[in-house]
This record gives sequence, C-alpha cells and structure tokens, in this order.
Amino acid sequence: MANIPADLLYTPEHEWVRKTSDPKVVEIGITDFAQGELGDIVFVDLPKPGASFSRMGVFGTVEAVKAVSELFCPLSGEVVESNAALDGDPALINREPYGGGWMVRLRLTDPAELGTLLDPKGYSAKIAG
Amino acid sequence: MTTLLRTPLYDVHKALGAKMVPFAGWEMPVQYAGILAEHRAVREGAGIFDVCHMGEFEVTGPDRNAFVNRIITNDVAALEPGQVQYAALLNQQGGIVDDCTVYRFEDKIMLVVNASGIEKDWDHIVAQKKGVNVRLRNISEEVGLLALQGPRAEAILQPHTDTILRDIGYYHFAVGRVAGAGCFISRTGYTGEDGFELYCRSPDVRAIWDALTGPGKAEPIGLGARDTLRLEVGYALYGNDIDETTTPLEAGLGWITKLDKGAPFMGEAALKAQKLEGLGRRLVGFRMVGKGIPRHGMPTLVDGVPVDIVRSGTMSPSLGYAVGTTYLPTSRAAVGSRFHVDIRGEQLEAEVVRRPFYTKGSVKR
Repeated sequence: MANIPADLLYTPEHEWVRKTSDPKVVEIGITDFAQGELGDIVFVDLPKPGASFSRMGVFGTVEAVKAVSELFCPLSGEVVESNAALDGDPALINREPYGGGWMVRLRLTDPAELGTLLDPKGYSAKIAG
Repeated sequence: MTTLLRTPLYDVHKALGAKMVPFAGWEMPVQYAGILAEHRAVREGAGIFDVCHMGEFEVTGPDRNAFVNRIITNDVAALEPGQVQYAALLNQQGGIVDDCTVYRFEDKIMLVVNASGIEKDWDHIVAQKKGVNVRLRNISEEVGLLALQGPRAEAILQPHTDTILRDIGYYHFAVGRVAGAGCFISRTGYTGEDGFELYCRSPDVRAIWDALTGPGKAEPIGLGARDTLRLEVGYALYGNDIDETTTPLEAGLGWITKLDKGAPFMGEAALKAQKLEGLGRRLVGFRMVGKGIPRHGMPTLVDGVPVDIVRSGTMSPSLGYAVGTTYLPTSRAAVGSRFHVDIRGEQLEAEVVRRPFYTKGSVKR
C-alpha cells in the first residue's frame, strides 16, 4: 500500500506539495505511489533556480529504467532551489519520496492555488479508483 | 478488448507481487523486485525467466532438413543433432519476418520463435511447404519454457538433473529430466550470461520453477530486466532492432546469413543484390555523450537530417550510462562517429560505440 503522509497536499498527477515556514514557498516531489509505478529511477531533469512555471506546466522529467514521466508543476511560481543530490543519486526518489527525494522548492505566484490541490483523503481515493 | 493469454505461472507471478503488463497478447511479469535488482541478480548470481509465451514449431518427415534450410537464413546442414543455431526467417525482399533458434534432433527439428510471431511465422512457413514431405506442428501451447541465466545457473540446476551439465556446450542441448520432468536442456540464452533454456511440457513448468527458485537459488526476473540484459550484450529484439523492413545484412546478422550454403532460401536473391550494391545503412550501437536516455521511437539525426529512430534504448544498469541502437548511413556508421538523438525536442549528442556494450558476461562461447 502506497504511503500517503497526512501533512501534505497532492495532485492527481502524483506530485506532493509541502508547506514550509515561508507561506509563499512550498516543496514539491512525487508520491510513493508514483515512484512505485515508475520503478528504479535512473535520471532526473530538474529546472534551475529562477525558472518560472504556470500551474500544470511541465517542469522536468523523471526517468526509470523502462519509463519516462513528465513532472507537472502543481502550482504557479518560480523555482528557488532544486535538489542537487538527485543528480548523483536519483534513486533517492525511490527510497525517500517524501524526504531526500524532494525535487524543487517553489516561490508561489498565487498562494490561493493551494486550494486546488487534493488532501490526503482525496489523493487516496484517486489512486484507489 | 482482447483477452490476454496467461502462462502456467500466472498465479506464481501474482503471488510474488510481480507487476503484470500486456506483451504480445500475453499477460506477463515486467518486474518483481525491481529492474535494477533483477538485472544485477542475473549478472552476479542467477535469475529465472518465464518465457512460456514463446512459440515452438516441430518439423518432422524425411525432407525436414532441406525444408528448414529453405525457410531460414542459417545452414541446418552445419548442425549436428544436439546443436542449436540462431537464424532468421525472411520475406521475399530480404526483410526479417522473425528471428528464431533452430534445434536439430536425430529425428526432428524444433524452431523457436517470438511470441509476437507465432501466427505470422506459422503462415509464412506453411505457405512454403508446397509438396515437400514434412509434417509441421505448432506445439507452442503444449510446450513450456523457462530460462535460467547467470554465472550460478549450472550450480543451481545440477542438483535437479542427472544430465551432466558441464558436458553441454554453448548452443548445444541434451534431452533429460529436471525435477522429474522431461526437458530439452539447452545451453542458450538472451542475457550474455551462462545459463540454460529448459523446454518442458506446460503442466511441468510449475514443478521446475519451484525446484529452481527459493532462498539461495534463482531470482525471478521480469521482461524489464530481460530487455536491459539483452540490449547490453547487443542481442537484437524483434520489432525494435530488426523487422520486415530491415535485412540481416543491415542488422549485422551476416553471420547467421549463409548466402553460399548451396540451398536457395526465401529472401536470398534480395540479399545477394543488396550485398552487390553495398549496404546503404547499418545498425549501430551508441552511447549518449552527455545527458539523456534514448527511448524506442525517438528520431536520430545526422547533420540535422532525420535518418532513423532509436530502435532500442535504455540506461545500462551494468555500465551506468545510456545506450541505444539505430540505423545510420554506412558512411557515418563507424565507431566514434557522432550524431544526434531528438529527446523530447532537444537534440543531444551520441557516439557510435562497439557492440556488445557489455563484455564481461559469463557466457561460455
């Protein structure tokens, strides 16, 4: 059964969003379910700080041995940091999807968009159905 | 909505938690523990593959050797009973209808074909039978097939058979028993490692699988790792590297194409003409110079001009870099030549390298 932490928000495209101490900055990654579906992750292509994306824009790709998946930006904003550790060890996403496997930190253009995300219950229903 | 076929091991795969996918009309395990772990298990220890979906045709009758020589590129006459040969079936234009292995027995020949090719190959072969005195039987449904591959394969298999395995040479087979069940024990495979392919009756597959798996024995391996293992050692995958529009000469399979065997075969005239004219293109192996992973279907370009697509591509688990295959114009196909792969709109540089990519396998040639 995929792990769905109670303190995060989710998208139907299997990204998670974590609020940080700065109300305008969130951390983004892919869910345990997503990493399990992809299998062993061998390559991640992430944007550099300063890159801007609108909600649902493609902000990167994650590649497993046999699968490629585009990463959809859950919210509009500007990248303030991307996880450099993933370059050398993309399998961190498999091992710690909600921890060391985080992908980018995003400064939100419109924090009200947070209301468009799924809560853990909503996401759980989404992957069950 | 078509119903997918299931091998006798379907319940075993489900119980092992395999991820199942549709493949050539079958519901097959693509991975169990994970592609990288399974890949490593075969390179370093041993793995077992359910390949019951593959097809087998039996050819009997007095004209069997002459008949098979007419339908395949390789030369059955060069085989002793107990030997196996890799070969291809061609169309009239020299394109590859399928690749196959040919087993010569004292009294029969067995052709082993891809699951995706069973129906088409059967029709292709039957159409060439004409008045020849042979009997053809599609025995695919009654034959089960397991591949046990890896440096520990012999050690794992030997306790379950009276056949002395070290006496079976590469691309040879013996008729014997494994776990009490009658088998053709063939020292062949698709991984670059030492190992065996075990042909048995379908109802016996489960007993053989159970005997060879478990703690300290072979790990179950899915289609995902089967593909990365075969690609690393440069084995062609039908439908990707080779198909009806590619000839064996272009694909680097001249070594299974015996134009001078003294027996005309389907496609031979086209190949002779192609050889005379010179090959316009060749299948090459390449690695990415920088980042990016080539995937089947991505365009490949020489000097900005599209020439082909990525035929096979993956991150190589053993080598740690991305490799692939594509057809390049002969003049640009030399080792060291650079070209580009269009990866999601970005043209990334690739370099032709020697195949096989991975050369440290335990296979005993």
